[in-house]
Amino acid sequence: MIVAEQKPLEEIKGLINEANKVLVVGCGTCVTVCFAGGDKEAGILATSLRMNTKLEGAPKDVTHLTVQRQCEWEYIDPLRDQIGEVDAVVSLGCGIGVQALAERYPEAIIVPGLNTSFLGLPIEQGVWEERCAACGECILGLTGGICPIARCAKQLLNGPCGGSQNGLCEINPETPCAWQLIYEKLAAQNRLHLLMEIQPARNWSTGRDGGPRKITREDLRLVKKEAE
Amino acid sequence: MNTADGTPLKIVAFCCRYCSYAAADLAGVLRLRYPAETRIVQIPCTGRLDTLEVLHAFEHGADGVMVAGCLEGDCHFQEGNLNARRRVEHIKQLILQIGLEPERVEMFNLSSAMARQFADAATSMTQRIIDLGPNPLRVADRDQMNQMIEKPAG
Repeated sequence: MIVAEQKPLEEIKGLINEANKVLVVGCGTCVTVCFAGGDKEAGILATSLRMNTKLEGAPKDVTHLTVQRQCEWEYIDPLRDQIGEVDAVVSLGCGIGVQALAERYPEAIIVPGLNTSFLGLPIEQGVWEERCAACGECILGLTGGICPIARCAKQLLNGPCGGSQNGLCEINPETPCAWQLIYEKLAAQNRLHLLMEIQPARNWSTGRDGGPRKITREDLRLVKKEAE
Repeated sequence: MNTADGTPLKIVAFCCRYCSYAAADLAGVLRLRYPAETRIVQIPCTGRLDTLEVLHAFEHGADGVMVAGCLEGDCHFQEGNLNARRRVEHIKQLILQIGLEPERVEMFNLSSAMARQFADAATSMTQRIIDLGPNPLRVADRDQMNQMIEKPAG
């Protein structure tokens, strides 16, 4: 899932300082699960903004609502009236949700309430770790299900490097060396032969280096009716 | 009890039904005195404490919030009170960002037999709030109301 963290209240306040009526829009999917931008967090942010601005002598009218997914038109289309009534919208969706709202409502001021952090999972309640870099060419089948692109600081394809010490990465003593994990996993599965094959230089254009990406599935597209 | 400027106090006490709610009940049976401004809200466990409910209490004029759960290690649901303590610490950070004093919310641990300690906790919390003064949000409301009275619209 997409993992995000809420911005500090001061920063959010700075983004909406010219607005009097504000709508906080939560998202009911990834950011709900990571406790950053669900209905509860939208309620807490709206309440916090109301109290804070009242204490500062310039109270804002802040309300909140939550949609199931901010990243799909069908869920944000019904918000037209509510968004039309306010001066600014704080989106508690990930960066995709913010942009979806901004694209659907070009006349509205949409600002982010979250910093979208990474694609990851909760390794325990309250602790999230990055697991996927969305590089566009998955090699998990060769690495025992452990991603060296997301979890190795150098994104090595043939690791580990000399910075791997006692199973830990040199960048941070709390970060396990992804290549140590890969070695241990493949050794336990008796599949170390996979590591004997040197991976060639990678074509990074499938990832961010190739610019913004797009997938088109003609089999799924709806047929556009010819203009009569 | 009032604050120094004569404002009556409101202190909301979120009490676990298995311990501090029963302690408050026992305090009543034993005729122990504690400040009448303590408004008790029974919750099934302090682990059920909701951050938003505490913020709403402050938003709607509470001057302080007590959270009273079982003694550590004695939670009916094993560790609800330990979760609540961490949540109260988080709420302190939140209300500090909002502009309220973090001392306005506090966690207490009591057993159902600790009626005297409940009365003492309610009294000490009340004294703390008297020292801090009324919730500034209520003062802001009052000032706004006074302005409206002094300068009627139109």
